[in-house]
Amino acid sequence: MKARVYVTLKPSVFDPQGRVVADALVTLGYADVKDVRQGKFFEVELAGADPAAAKARVTEMADKLLANPVIESYRVEVLQ
Amino acid sequence: MKFAVVVFPGSNSDYDAFYAASRVVGEQAELVWHKDSDLKGADVVILPGGFAHGDYLRTGAIARFSPIMAAVKAFADRGGPVLGICNGFQVLLEAGLLPGAMVRNDRVKFVSKIVPVRVDQTDTPFTVACASKQVLHLPIAHGEGNYYAPADELAELEANRQVIFRYTNAAGEVGPEWNPNGSLNGIAGICNRPRNVVGLMPHPERASELQLGSADGRVVLASAVRSVMDGVRLHA
Repeated sequence: MKARVYVTLKPSVFDPQGRVVADALVTLGYADVKDVRQGKFFEVELAGADPAAAKARVTEMADKLLANPVIESYRVEVLQ
Repeated sequence: MKFAVVVFPGSNSDYDAFYAASRVVGEQAELVWHKDSDLKGADVVILPGGFAHGDYLRTGAIARFSPIMAAVKAFADRGGPVLGICNGFQVLLEAGLLPGAMVRNDRVKFVSKIVPVRVDQTDTPFTVACASKQVLHLPIAHGEGNYYAPADELAELEANRQVIFRYTNAAGEVGPEWNPNGSLNGIAGICNRPRNVVGLMPHPERASELQLGSADGRVVLASAVRSVMDGVRLHA
């Protein structure tokens, strides 16, 4: 079973890298770009077949290691 | 007295700290490998600068699982003085021994230069020998030194006088133009609530002899020596 974890900086935390990417996109001619938030993406492969249990476990992993809850938030998706 | 300098894979200021402790302030010092589980009877523990575990995932995020960190935590819980320098500060944040977190420098550049740093509090084991509001010229060398804490936590840090070092100009004035990385409130270093654990981004150990451009950093380790010798009690 696979789970995906998306980690991004919380809205209250300034994202300097995202800002630079947004500026670069505007320079490229994408004048409609207002902001970019850069994040991290994890694909976790797990033994076991229960999606609810997998979601709970991966959420725990995100909380303990994959994200730093002081500055980041995360979203967990379990794939069938 | 004895300093322990923890060596993580990827530490690069370990020998600078070892040299400053053993040769500059002239005390015993021992390098302790991150897989060791005891601190060899040290009175003061230093987590040095560098890129522990390649800074994979986040700066300091993997180092907190190194076996030695259990001993560092136990030592800190007993009131032992712990100093985290640069990457060592980031490790202390990830390990939860200090509050807050680091994000990328606001100008997205690795900054390496000597900057003025004001000592705001002298009642920690690493600042007892400083004058209040003394300005030290110390090198910084980091890409992620932009200190962040949620507003309520930041207010608490300030109220409890846990901000120990701040980026200023040479006259000791705080302002955005003197802030090299976007750190909230110009924070360069903080301590924990009981004041025995201190983390700072600047490198005092790299500024401990005039040949290095500044000897201002010597007072940080000299403070540690004094606080151990005098048995300074920082908390009840």
